[in-house]
Amino acid sequence: MSPVPQPPSSLRRPARIAVNAGLVIFLALYAGIAFLQPNYLEPGLFMNFLRRAAPLVILACGQLYVILTGGFDLSMGAVATLVVLAASILINGDPETTWAVIGALYVMGIAVGLVNGLVVAFLKVPSIIATLGAMLSVNGLALAWSGGAARGDLPDNFRNLGRLVWRDVPLVGSLPLAAIVLAGFVALAWWGLNGTVYGKRALAVGDNPRAAELAGTPVAATRILAFVVSAVSAVTAGILIGGFSGVSVNAGEGLELQAIAACVIGGAQLLGGRGSIWSAVFGALSLFALFTLLNLIGLPQALRDSIQGLILIAAVGASVWRGRRRT
Amino acid sequence: MTTDIVKPKPAAAGLSIAVLLAGLSIGFFIVVALATGETAQLGGQGIVGLLQRMVALGLVAVGQTFVILVGSIDLSVAALISAVAVLASHIMQGDPAMILPAIVICLGLCLVVGLVNGALVAYGGINPLIATLGTGLVIQGVLAASFGMLQGAVAREFQVVAYGGVLGVPYSILLLAALSLAAAFVLDRTLFGARIYAVGGNPDGARLAGIRTERVTLSAHVVASLFAGASGLYLAARLQSGTPWIGRDGIYDLESIAVTVIGGTILAGGKGGVAGTLAGVLLFASLDAGFNMLGIDAFLKQVLRGAIVVAAVAIHAVRSKGHVA
Repeated sequence: MSPVPQPPSSLRRPARIAVNAGLVIFLALYAGIAFLQPNYLEPGLFMNFLRRAAPLVILACGQLYVILTGGFDLSMGAVATLVVLAASILINGDPETTWAVIGALYVMGIAVGLVNGLVVAFLKVPSIIATLGAMLSVNGLALAWSGGAARGDLPDNFRNLGRLVWRDVPLVGSLPLAAIVLAGFVALAWWGLNGTVYGKRALAVGDNPRAAELAGTPVAATRILAFVVSAVSAVTAGILIGGFSGVSVNAGEGLELQAIAACVIGGAQLLGGRGSIWSAVFGALSLFALFTLLNLIGLPQALRDSIQGLILIAAVGASVWRGRRRT
Repeated sequence: MTTDIVKPKPAAAGLSIAVLLAGLSIGFFIVVALATGETAQLGGQGIVGLLQRMVALGLVAVGQTFVILVGSIDLSVAALISAVAVLASHIMQGDPAMILPAIVICLGLCLVVGLVNGALVAYGGINPLIATLGTGLVIQGVLAASFGMLQGAVAREFQVVAYGGVLGVPYSILLLAALSLAAAFVLDRTLFGARIYAVGGNPDGARLAGIRTERVTLSAHVVASLFAGASGLYLAARLQSGTPWIGRDGIYDLESIAVTVIGGTILAGGKGGVAGTLAGVLLFASLDAGFNMLGIDAFLKQVLRGAIVVAAVAIHAVRSKGHVA
């Protein structure tokens, strides 16, 4: 195979100094948090912040795969809810079964992702409708299975994934297990997009599916895999959520829109073709930092939605404005 | 090599989807009614009940059809419905004299929201999903935060909208019929309608043809918001007082998009119409009614509903040649 021709270095330079917009927003928001609560600068509290932000970051990474290929996944929140409820029912208080159940949860998630992908790729249903259908069905399934109420309890070895924190770790003070899961997942997601040919294919498909197809890209397979990755991320996030908030029937409510919002704040382009894993990571961290900040300010819970809406519009508006100035 | 020839009769194709869907829905309703022995459902009252199920979702969906036709989308309708229902009951406080001011203020709010949505999408160049998700969140937040101060109830006379009628036909059904006919007339017979199809079908082409595309998109958003307002007023009349969550609990944002797409309107814009949307709403209404007659568990109902949404769209989407995202 011949190497990919590289553009002359004079053309590449702007890309190198381009800083992820999400990182800037995150640093600004975290500075705000640190200003109000200086101890957030300590490694321990930062680790705690990471632990609580982990599910959203993981969800955003999965959602990013789908967004890059030009779609949406609205079923993530429902999958996370299903995971929490199914875990409590299947484990049923027996810590011995935890790992087998976690395996089963991933199988369920992959099944949902496969169905989403197949419906979009072969039945040609727009992803927003296909995954809306999946969201309704999966939510209904989870509620029907659990009888509409949270049942049972999760054993400690399951909950530890979300809540265990090692104390007295050198360098960082305390180290939550969730932060390690987070780092591992982000690394895998980064590798998928940057270390494999899949990343290039995803961008190509999202940018122009017809052109990608003519160039020999397996468009359907690329799309389907994106939905599977998204579902796997939803299962992972669900396990962490179950770990630190316990069982509830609305565990995953609204997470799908937060994940989409996170990707967009980080600079990923809706309908595909542009974005990196850092869009998802820093976008999600920004969003979570925003929630934390509003919490510290003591704003009524309800008004947080409003601020989130304003930030969302402002972030996208700013990126549109930057894009217009460039051209 | 195929050439891109515009289908000779797009309107007829759209209508056939509508007729097919409506036929299927009515067929399902009749079969279930006969199978469960609830033949009373097939009488006048049963039919009226079925049609009345359509009103709230139907009103939003007709408005949603306008934005989708123009190639945009509106996710803020659910929050707007809640806002209008709460505001209407707060302003009226049971006083019939305040009915008219309440309606005017509510529709004024919708006008503002529609203008903001439209301005963000058309002039700000912000992706409509994000822009309307954002405005929806803003409305929802303000509403939930101030609900404590916004208690109230609509005037008894206003509830006639939901419960009164002439010759056995409730006013609400007449309202939906009248507004749908007006919407269909605007889309099929007026210059504004033609422009909506032009902008949705090919924005660059429309701009080159001298259409101010931004204005058309803006107007479509205003129409969608006003229809959402009508739906909110109807719900306020039906429930006597609004709560900040009636829109969100009814999933009116996503369901209105779903029925519009089920009815054959293309998400990319430029193709579709009100008839298909109403057929999609009828499908949802008869499914609901049918599941109730069959006594299907509420959660299972949701599972089936999700599957049917996908299947209904797949039926006509599967034949499309291009890629969808």
